[in-house]
Amino acid sequence: MLVSERKPLEEILELLEGEGRRRLFLLGCNGCAAASGTGGEREVLELKGELERAGKEVVGWKVLDFLCQKGLIRVGLKPYEAELAVAEAVLASTCGIGVQAAAAVLAEKEARLPVYPACNTIPLGGVRGEWPGAERCLECGQCFLGLTAGICPLTACTKQLVNGPCGGAKEGRCEFEPDARPCGWELIYERLKRQGRLDLLRKSPPLFKDYAKMQPPKKLRQTTKWALELELEEEVTSR
Amino acid sequence: MKLSELFRAGKFVVTSEVGPPKGTDTSEMLANAELLRPYVHALNITDQQSSVMRLGSLAAAHLLKERGLEPIYQLTCRDRNRIALQSDLLSAWTMGVENVLCLTGDYVSLGDHPGAKPVFDLDSVSLLATAKRLNEGYDLAGNELQGKPDFCLGAVVTPGANPLEMQLIKMERKIEAGAEFFQTQAVYEPEKFAAFMEEAKELKVPVIAGIILLKSAGMARFMNKNVAGVHVPEHLIAEMEGAKDRVAKSIEIAARLIREIRPLCQGVHIMPIGWERHVPAVLEEAGLAPAK
Repeated sequence: MLVSERKPLEEILELLEGEGRRRLFLLGCNGCAAASGTGGEREVLELKGELERAGKEVVGWKVLDFLCQKGLIRVGLKPYEAELAVAEAVLASTCGIGVQAAAAVLAEKEARLPVYPACNTIPLGGVRGEWPGAERCLECGQCFLGLTAGICPLTACTKQLVNGPCGGAKEGRCEFEPDARPCGWELIYERLKRQGRLDLLRKSPPLFKDYAKMQPPKKLRQTTKWALELELEEEVTSR
Repeated sequence: MKLSELFRAGKFVVTSEVGPPKGTDTSEMLANAELLRPYVHALNITDQQSSVMRLGSLAAAHLLKERGLEPIYQLTCRDRNRIALQSDLLSAWTMGVENVLCLTGDYVSLGDHPGAKPVFDLDSVSLLATAKRLNEGYDLAGNELQGKPDFCLGAVVTPGANPLEMQLIKMERKIEAGAEFFQTQAVYEPEKFAAFMEEAKELKVPVIAGIILLKSAGMARFMNKNVAGVHVPEHLIAEMEGAKDRVAKSIEIAARLIREIRPLCQGVHIMPIGWERHVPAVLEEAGLAPAK
């Protein structure tokens, strides 16, 4: 799930007015954005009211299921061609993926209509499992979990240190937001100690992260692991 | 001169530190350095301490070296990636810097630019290993250098850390990576420091004990609450509280601490935090002045 939070109205108005956009079409999303309290029908109607009070004209609105799916956007926006033709901008109350997917779909027909984000997508400190739990993965391409008692130093340590704790933790809490964050390295130390594996830490040579591995590999970009729609589009065109 | 040569000569090494200014006016920093000159073997130059943007420690170390003072160039991993860190180390050597203190660095949120991108590409351990690699004539990518440095590398350790075991493991890793000496976080409890040194002495690396001049009881309480690894015991806070002359009491406490820990370690590092003018009195009362 991607968590989004509404931008302040002033910021949205500044975005729109910066390019002189008055007639708007609003988009919401019934997926993560609705669950975040930003992109459901209620929130979109609230946003509509706020914008109208600020002198904007809302020529239409639609809450789609899953704005991250371009196929659904294409189908979902079909009945709104007339509204989109008179709109000067689309304002999407959803995550950064939804905004990009909507912008890509609208650019397929004509690049005239800009899509503005009504929200910020909030960092969750790494990717979570499909059944979202507390564990985080940065998809770093160089997993150290075998050396760190199964606790990721990149997501558990604010500084993403891989060679042990810094000097900043106090009573087991991180120097950044001590009320909210435990020292990740202290968690690693405690678990390794319980496992009788502290020598692992003691004997490890200095570890260096290879940040080049954090870029998705070239070969991945050409597969459906990168984007399911790649193959779908190929299939459609080959038929 | 490298600190390692002083240790080899059996000297009890005295260091202190100066902080580069916020801006380009170096007069106060240089005046503080001159004031400390007769009393210390070398001076640490802090690297944008507490993540507050300042004049660079490299330029400041160069200014001290030009004046015949021995800088200990502090280098943190907070603001530079491995390319910049290696480059700055090479630059430092060409400017005459011989001693480097390798640190991870505070998180950016502690300073005056909390929205800055935190780097931490390397950390204290991997930075030490990197500097050692440069000393050996190669960069991190394995390329041969055209002319190589020969730094004496230092690191920090927190004797009052809890858990201490983790601290000792990291100390060991820093030595393995290239640390030839350690400077410590502030020490206020000689017994605890003795216990730490008992563990650390097996590692056979010189330890320079940190001393922060206590300016007031309030400062002591603030550090107890906010500074990692620092603990000022209640009896010292009471001493400061009851003192008629805070400066005289502060000097007395610092000098006493130094006399108590001197047999346990290989040097002291005075962190004056604005009280540079009182450092000479501390060292004189501790029987350590003038240095050399």
